[in-house]
Amino acid sequence: MKVTKKDVENVAVLSRLTVTEDKINKYVDEFNNFLEYADVLQQVDTASVKPTAHVLPLKNVLREDVIKPSLARELALSNAPEKEDGYFKVPRIIE
Amino acid sequence: MSYEAVIGLEIHSELKTNTKIFCGCATSFGAEQNTHVCPVCLGLPGVLPVINKRVVEFAIKAGLALNCTINKFSKFDRKNYYYPDLPKNFQTSQFDLPIAEHGYVDIEVEGKTKRIRVTRIHMEEDAGKLVHSGNTIKDSNGSNVDYNRTGVPLIEIVSEPDMHTAAEARAYMEKVKSILEYIDVSNCKMEEGNLRADVNVSLRPVGTEKLGTKAEMKNLNSFKMVESAIEYEIDRQEEILDDGGHIAQETRTWDDGKGITVSMRSKEQAQDYRYMPEPDLVPIITTDEEIAEYKKNLPELPDARRARLVDEYGLSEYDAGIITNSRAMAEYFDDVVAAKVDAKLAANWIMGDLAKNLNAESKTIESSPVSADNLAKMIALIEKGTISSKIAKKVFDEMWQSDTDPEKIVEEKGLVQITDSNAIEKIVDTVLAENPKPVEDYKGGNAKSIGFLVGQVMKLSKGKANPGVVNKLLKEKLDK
Repeated sequence: MKVTKKDVENVAVLSRLTVTEDKINKYVDEFNNFLEYADVLQQVDTASVKPTAHVLPLKNVLREDVIKPSLARELALSNAPEKEDGYFKVPRIIE
Repeated sequence: MSYEAVIGLEIHSELKTNTKIFCGCATSFGAEQNTHVCPVCLGLPGVLPVINKRVVEFAIKAGLALNCTINKFSKFDRKNYYYPDLPKNFQTSQFDLPIAEHGYVDIEVEGKTKRIRVTRIHMEEDAGKLVHSGNTIKDSNGSNVDYNRTGVPLIEIVSEPDMHTAAEARAYMEKVKSILEYIDVSNCKMEEGNLRADVNVSLRPVGTEKLGTKAEMKNLNSFKMVESAIEYEIDRQEEILDDGGHIAQETRTWDDGKGITVSMRSKEQAQDYRYMPEPDLVPIITTDEEIAEYKKNLPELPDARRARLVDEYGLSEYDAGIITNSRAMAEYFDDVVAAKVDAKLAANWIMGDLAKNLNAESKTIESSPVSADNLAKMIALIEKGTISSKIAKKVFDEMWQSDTDPEKIVEEKGLVQITDSNAIEKIVDTVLAENPKPVEDYKGGNAKSIGFLVGQVMKLSKGKANPGVVNKLLKEKLDK
């Protein structure tokens, strides 16, 4: 499968990145290189291998349903670029 | 052309846990903004989510109660999208290995039973709430975000598109709510958003198989809204198709004030969620023994309970259906009939005066001013003939004001029914003497006018005369 200019533009939109026109062809090539490498992996016979859900051999890591203290609101909001009345403030959202 | 609507529902139900799905923040509703947040649910870098054990238990219970197969191997995935109600830019949800699949729910519409298939049930986290500053959304210069709800555990119950009318969709949602209440995994308070539905609607010409293009309406949190939105959407799509147009695949929002659906965003340019396995959470393995144990501990569900009320007490299917629709009402009924009073009378009072008063004051049966005990005692008084049904209404109203022992009310207010024939006879004589016209009418062949005379006797006795005795005496005297 060949990556096209359109694919790169789509990935940029999904990732909220701006890609300038002069860089697009460079990314098309790089993406294709990644996929070619993946093609190599595709040649491995995995018919008898179960899909990996997690890399560690762990299961059922659970906690009891017990309330722990939350963050103080001041602290929770301390990294927010903008805040208002105890809320995080973000640009106006209308789709 | 005539069309058939094809309807599927995704029901989101908040689970009734103390804490969020992946952290120890409280889930209680109505807290001040951003006071139930921590590094995990705010998605700060380097934090590690840990699954709340009770969420898994509740999801499995829901799966079994909705007749699903429990997946013994289940995992979480990341669903990527950018919206400020999700601080992580992804929602932790389940993709290809949800906790439960392949279930069904039986619903009754217009006296017919219909099976609606449940595709899957998965666990996920709820998102935060956007609050718009400024007077209207248009003149606000920003949106404010409250992350208290972020991370509150949800199950999403996805149906197959097996419904064809708004009434079926409503019945399905009511049934799911009822079942979730019975197994006690969700508060199901729709006004607080505990239970809400995304509804998919498409049309196809009657007799064809191929599905039409669907529109999705999100976040409907009342049965009425689900019904109205579907009815509106069917009409809207029908009009477009009849005009030769095509339906756009899109998300629409229901404007409850205007009673219309409005386009929100088009789905035609691919929503790409790029699901990936959640690397911070490990798989959930459930054994056959555990599943059997959950199954064993499920409470009696609405269908079984309804059948029991029909078999055991001779209630009609309809009455039993209404009473068992809500677990609280079913329990109240059981408490009343535990006093060995007539079950049909009990059902009538619960569905009648009690339900009417509860509705009028927007109260739930759990906070009923009239206890099941006192209602049972009142019904016993009717059965014994101490009070008439008419007087019982007065007693009931008194009980509603102050949950007092009905025997005490009857005694204090002097409401004991007059069954003494001599006492009643005096009143009957008075009424006959004072109403020559109806008496003549009756004798002239108008049998109906006896009703008026009975009414007069009851009135004169302040409702206390035993109606049976009044009828008998009147007849005897008139037919003489």
